Amino acid sequence: MSSTILTDKGETPVASVDISAPEGAGQPNYTLTPRTSSTGGIESELLEVAMGPQHPSTHGVFRMDVVLDGERIVKLKPVFGYLHRNHEKIAENTTYLASMPYTDRLDYFCSLTNNWAYALAVEKLAGLQPPERAEYIRVITAELTRLVNHTALIGFLLQDMGASGTPLMYAFREREKILDLFESLTGARMMCNYMRFGGCRCDLPAGWLDETKQVVAAFPQFLDEYDRLLSENEILIARTQGVGILPHELAINASITGPMLRASGVNYDIRKVDKYGIYDRFSFRVPLGEHGDVYDRYMIRLLEMHESLKILEQALKDIPSGPIMDPKAKIRGFRPKTGEAYGRIEGPKGELGFYLISDGSPNPYRYRVRPPSLINLTILEDMCLGQTVADVVVILGSVDIVLGEVDR
Amino acid sequence: METLEQLKSRIESAVVGVRVEIIRNDSPSAQHSLLVDGEHAVAVGRFLRDDPQLRLDYCSNVTGVDWPDAEITEKVKVKKLVDGAEKEVEEVKKTRRAGCLEAVYHLYSMELKHGPVILRLRTGDRMDEAHLPSLTPVWRGCEFQEREVYDLYGIIFDGHPDLRRILMWDGFKDHPMRKDYVEPDDYEYEPTPHDEVLEKAKRHLQPEAKA
Repeated sequence: MSSTILTDKGETPVASVDISAPEGAGQPNYTLTPRTSSTGGIESELLEVAMGPQHPSTHGVFRMDVVLDGERIVKLKPVFGYLHRNHEKIAENTTYLASMPYTDRLDYFCSLTNNWAYALAVEKLAGLQPPERAEYIRVITAELTRLVNHTALIGFLLQDMGASGTPLMYAFREREKILDLFESLTGARMMCNYMRFGGCRCDLPAGWLDETKQVVAAFPQFLDEYDRLLSENEILIARTQGVGILPHELAINASITGPMLRASGVNYDIRKVDKYGIYDRFSFRVPLGEHGDVYDRYMIRLLEMHESLKILEQALKDIPSGPIMDPKAKIRGFRPKTGEAYGRIEGPKGELGFYLISDGSPNPYRYRVRPPSLINLTILEDMCLGQTVADVVVILGSVDIVLGEVDR
Repeated sequence: METLEQLKSRIESAVVGVRVEIIRNDSPSAQHSLLVDGEHAVAVGRFLRDDPQLRLDYCSNVTGVDWPDAEITEKVKVKKLVDGAEKEVEEVKKTRRAGCLEAVYHLYSMELKHGPVILRLRTGDRMDEAHLPSLTPVWRGCEFQEREVYDLYGIIFDGHPDLRRILMWDGFKDHPMRKDYVEPDDYEYEPTPHDEVLEKAKRHLQPEAKA
């Protein structure tokens, strides 16, 4: 059993890092089976296979060009862009607010955290401050989104591993309860388009907090059930432990963020580091992995859901009444002053950042999304080298990508 | 963390011959940045990464910005003699800004948990001299992002291990995020045209008459 350590308040320092290791980036070393065996056996040959773009394990339209030596991976190049629609160019040709519904479509599992990251960047650029109640609503919706994302991911991961159907349906049953909450709050299950610069679009409907409290109170039961059924399952352990190991020096140097980074034992959670919004008011812990393998990544997500529930309980208890929009915020004729800002949040998949340059016009001069899914794919090859084809599917599942965000 | 002025003087003493300039940012975010010349960028990157006080071991965000040639008009108040008396007169001052492509790096420290330090590199111009050194040997996390900047902006990163298009397909000619990018003529017949479509159809069907 792989054990996971919890650190309190995020104080454990990151172990000193030797960063000279990944100097030869992009050219990983591997040793091949000799073409002719010394005993005069059968000659082996390298085989090139394109996994994808239409492959159920790729969670979308995504291709991996792999070179195989028997079952082992010798080389792997991810190929994407099939869903590219140049989101950034479209956003630069329209007003700031008009991009808000489009951010939903980046990572379509987590539209509310996408909204928040964009709103945060624009608020930094324009100097807006959302009122107390809006901050609480943002924390509540963001943590609910984290639950949605992690339940779905765990379901998909098990599906990739061959546990066909049942774990995914269990996960989707719980996810649907939270999507119902989103629907009653924003009018949409997935494309929420809820946050605005300096606050939120509308106040909570009557009875929403009580419903949310019920869902949150019932959620640990599901997590425990899942944990009991799966976490010590022999097949799951055999398929995940020691597979796709990511050492923490490489994880830091390759800009890996989110649960993947923490599964490698690096204590870096932007909710703790930046304390954006009102995250300094809640007590929660940052789960850390030890081995950086697929099992740790699975476990980290389960533990993070427990921590999200803790935050939710506190936020639902403390939420004040009051306005939900900054009175200084302008909906029409919104023109931030010349300048630039980079705002980032801890999205469910990693650091989601927005970089904006304003030239004083109603449209952003430069609009950039820092997509965690894309950057977490940088080390896909390093994790897969020497593993078998079946493991690649599991490793890719544990990275947690959404192609809407990778391709933009 | 030290101020940007202190950081600038430390970089200048650590890397011989480097030119560093502080770019102010007047917006409420107050994220000022450092403009570093391309020749010494890798050395500066290594210094920022390895210095024990900075330890900027995490390159979060890499992006490009396109600044085409532009004429900047400024209104300047000038003292002048008008009808014998000295008066303040507003004059329009025009300056030409040479275009360039810019790569922006947002650096944080995972060990010391501070940041961001923003690094900017500028190319000589937007056509032939659109070369910059790649910082992928310093931070592996730049690999895909520099490929994206190359794909969408056309900055060629020297020393990048695998500089290919990443989002557009191989064989695509232009760089679509540039401000002067012209969309291809992708006219398709539409049964219920409105003004915009009619306009497009006219351009598509009679390209000779237009030119």
